[in-house]
Amino acid sequence: MTRSERFIDTFFKYDVMQQYWPDILKGLFVTCQIAVLVVIFGLALGLGLAILRCYRVRLVNFCIIIFIDMLRALPPLVLILILYFGLPNIGITLSGYLVLWLVLTLVLAAFAEEIFWAGILSVPQGQWQAARSTGMGYFQTLIYVVLPQAIRMTIAPLTNRTIAITKNTALGMVIGVGELLNQATTAQSFAGNATPLMMATIAYFILFIPVVYAGRRIEQAFAWRKR
Amino acid sequence: MIPVPQPLPILNVEDLHLLYGNIKALDGITLEARTGELTFLIGPSGSGKSSLLRCCNRLEDPSSGRILVDGEDITQRNINLNRIRRGIGMVFQSFNLYPHMTAKGNVTLALRKVLGKNRKEAEEIGLAQLERVGLLDRADHFPNQLSGGQQQRVAIARALALEPKIMLFDEPTSALDPELVGEVLRVMRQLKEDGMTMVVVSHEMRFAKTAADHVVFMADGKIVEAGPPGQIFDAPCAERTRAFLQEAHH
Repeated sequence: MTRSERFIDTFFKYDVMQQYWPDILKGLFVTCQIAVLVVIFGLALGLGLAILRCYRVRLVNFCIIIFIDMLRALPPLVLILILYFGLPNIGITLSGYLVLWLVLTLVLAAFAEEIFWAGILSVPQGQWQAARSTGMGYFQTLIYVVLPQAIRMTIAPLTNRTIAITKNTALGMVIGVGELLNQATTAQSFAGNATPLMMATIAYFILFIPVVYAGRRIEQAFAWRKR
Repeated sequence: MIPVPQPLPILNVEDLHLLYGNIKALDGITLEARTGELTFLIGPSGSGKSSLLRCCNRLEDPSSGRILVDGEDITQRNINLNRIRRGIGMVFQSFNLYPHMTAKGNVTLALRKVLGKNRKEAEEIGLAQLERVGLLDRADHFPNQLSGGQQQRVAIARALALEPKIMLFDEPTSALDPELVGEVLRVMRQLKEDGMTMVVVSHEMRFAKTAADHVVFMADGKIVEAGPPGQIFDAPCAERTRAFLQEAHH
């Protein structure tokens, strides 16, 4: 066997591909599902916390800051292991799927809160004053005047962070979630061949390249309208 | 002899104080503006003109004293600020238009969200106000597509749309290039002719001479001297006023 033949045989073996593509597809589907759920709930929770923080209630903000600092400091894998292997000892058993979704959602929420908050702070005070001077309330001003500008400024960091977190769905492998990487490694050990890993790599590529691209487009679309 | 009917006072400021820590930003201001009058506040920077203006719609909370707008004490503790602010228009030095909305969007937002008008009603009013400031043809432009003068006129239209009883102008032309000042002053002059009550903080002395009913000279949080423009500009009593005006003319 020549070297190139060996390479093909290791990473692109046709029979292995044929045998395992349904499993890879199933894994891809699970990964997509978790990613979408994490993005929706993570961003919503992050935005909610940022809005809550605007009201500057000392105790509430203290709790928010503790929460986000903890989640930003700890590796997601640590949280996943604690929740999955630790909680059952105190009688709380969560499925791997639920643990993965919960941890990634909370981590994304923590980062998103910081980003939204920075965006809200960067909207000039004059915008608040102008809106309030027309009789709009605090919440109305926040929703109609401040947040649209704040969110526009946060699109780029938010996109990056979202991609970084959703890639962490691969951590589901260590707690038996049937996502893409888990399916691929299982198939790899059965087949004794790395082709399923290559298939997973390609699947990740297909999944995330459009997201990266869309993120860049959104960024550009919002950039030119900024004053 | 038939007494000449006096226009009613719309704005009464009574012994107003504002403290920033130990600094007296406003130190016992008493002022009155009647319907249709243009009151012009002048003075060196840091004299408290802008603070006074900002107290009049409670963007700033005075430490003591009262402000009556159309007879209602707006310094009461439990007053609904959103309700009283509807009746008091404010125009800012830096325009503060909402950059993510068109001129029309800027003018109609409060109509819809504060007065609860539907889109069609709000647009009718909004477009009429844009026409009033001569910008009907710019209704669909975003602020960054407008010149500074145009932006400030949109900001005036935004305040006018709520039909305020009084308009406050906080250095409305200070951020403008000299060639754009005239269009804003023209709009303000037109408002004066329409009978709007206005309180203006500005350094446009020529405008004050011809359009103001009262000129108030402030320094160190106090009113040094007040009177008709002829008196203040041509025959000021106080040495401070004279010194300031001399500086301002150079």
